[in-house]
Amino acid sequence: MSAEHKTSLWGYLIEFETVDQLIHAAEKVRDAGFDKWDAHTPFPVHGLDKAMGVKRTILPYLVFVGGFTGLIIAIVMQWWMNAYDYPYIISGKPMWSIPANFPVMFELTVLFSAFSTFFGMLGFNQLPELYHPLFSAERFRRATSDRFFISIEAKDPKFHAEKTRSFADTLGGDAVEAVEEEDH
Amino acid sequence: MKRTIDRSSENRTLGDLGPLLTRVGGIVAALGILATLALAFTADHGVERFFKSYTTNFAYFLSLSLGGIFFVVIQHLTGATWSVTVRRIAEAIAANMLLLLGLFIPIVFGMDIIYHHWTDPHAASDPVLAAKLGYLNKPFFLIRWGVYFLIWVVVSRFFHGQSVKQDTTGDIDHTLRMQKWSAPAIVLFALTTTFAAFDLIMSLNPHWYSTILGVYYFAGSALSAFALIAMSSMWLQAKGRITQSVTTEHYHDLGKLCFAFTIFWAYIGFSQFMLIWYANIPEETEWYLHRITGSWLPFSWGILIAHFVVPFLFFISRVPKRSRAFFRFGAAYILIIHWCDMYWVTMPEWYTDGIHFSLMDITLFFAMGGLYLVGMARGLGKASLVPEKDPRLEGSLAFENY
Repeated sequence: MSAEHKTSLWGYLIEFETVDQLIHAAEKVRDAGFDKWDAHTPFPVHGLDKAMGVKRTILPYLVFVGGFTGLIIAIVMQWWMNAYDYPYIISGKPMWSIPANFPVMFELTVLFSAFSTFFGMLGFNQLPELYHPLFSAERFRRATSDRFFISIEAKDPKFHAEKTRSFADTLGGDAVEAVEEEDH
Repeated sequence: MKRTIDRSSENRTLGDLGPLLTRVGGIVAALGILATLALAFTADHGVERFFKSYTTNFAYFLSLSLGGIFFVVIQHLTGATWSVTVRRIAEAIAANMLLLLGLFIPIVFGMDIIYHHWTDPHAASDPVLAAKLGYLNKPFFLIRWGVYFLIWVVVSRFFHGQSVKQDTTGDIDHTLRMQKWSAPAIVLFALTTTFAAFDLIMSLNPHWYSTILGVYYFAGSALSAFALIAMSSMWLQAKGRITQSVTTEHYHDLGKLCFAFTIFWAYIGFSQFMLIWYANIPEETEWYLHRITGSWLPFSWGILIAHFVVPFLFFISRVPKRSRAFFRFGAAYILIIHWCDMYWVTMPEWYTDGIHFSLMDITLFFAMGGLYLVGMARGLGKASLVPEKDPRLEGSLAFENY
């Protein structure tokens, strides 16, 4: 038999029945100045970003750099292959004829943009994450079907076990649950 | 979350801006016409040059209204909600087709100069042209233009008229009728635009052919129409009209379209170039040979950079699309650079050794531009600046980019 694991408070989970309740509560949490908290919904909710005070993502800049890298690689690669390492005349054109390189330049720009979008998104969201303490909460399963949640983490500098608990009670949710996390 | 927009105190009629536009447009047009006439009758080969510059500018202003038709019809075809508040402006731009029909008349009289390659009786002795004369002859050319204008005028007036009627009746049938007819309209638009580009531009060099040229002309026309819609709307707002109806969100979407069609234009332009360059067949490469000869070579590079690279980098970010100060500049830039593009597709066919600039290129721009403004004032003055009872208006007002 395994030894009993010690657990400590991970944070609070507040359940809501409607989108409106969630949005209002999110605005309150945002205005209270919390940092490590999140909202969980079964579908994208318009206006939630604003209610949560989420900053705009810097992903587009990463994508721009990614796309530009693809463009440069395509140019250098084709120059190296066709004009430098293995010079080869095709259809009577010069060794390094830029117009013929355009399709590959375009494709690699798109490919690298797509890669940096996809992997950048995963990276910024710290995904994939195989386990999360919230999974231990029974009611959280409904986050993928018909309930809306806000979670506030104990790691947040403004978190206080009792004060945040009473704050969570004022958010107008149907239930507030303390989520435990196993100590490592 | 629903945003609420208070439109109760908003001015949505053109009002006294109508006479102002008409006056300014009239004066500009009158000065432009006088200057053009003076130049045409005093300069060396003035009359000849007049018709050439005229064709370039006609191709430009025709493309604006074609883009307007495309914008209006595609919104109905897709059942778009976001665009309702700016659609009336596009309807007015499209409705200028009637004016363009009048502006086509000088081309009829200048055919012997503009299209001298195939109007010349000696064309029959050229084996390549002889095979094409069944299509490229004056009567059939004029019949085709008659058909194009019939379709353009009917389509633009139908969509403008139904939309204006709905302002008073509020009947949803107008929307359904426009939706139903938008499908055949877009097919007719695609065919007429393609063939009009063949007739107006490609037949300047009747040996040459490029099936994608119609798409090229369309890409530029749609791009500049988006810019013109955005600019008109910003001007109206600066003059205290439709201040609430058109929001940053609508400009953001118009900006996205400008960005997308900048890329689309380059994509089509390159597709045409690449196939001709690669195959290297003399009758096809001739068109590009003209454009890399003499001072046309730097001009061609200029088009590539100024029509693609610059607007691409300008419109790629979210900021210029959402800032009116930036977008106003970007839209004006597109309208100017599209004119240069029309110059590039027409002029090298008459002046194969390099750029021969004439003041008439500019005076005719102002002459036609002035008339175009008068036409827009008429179109915009007919009704409210926003489709008042469009069933999708509420959605368009509340529209937000997430």
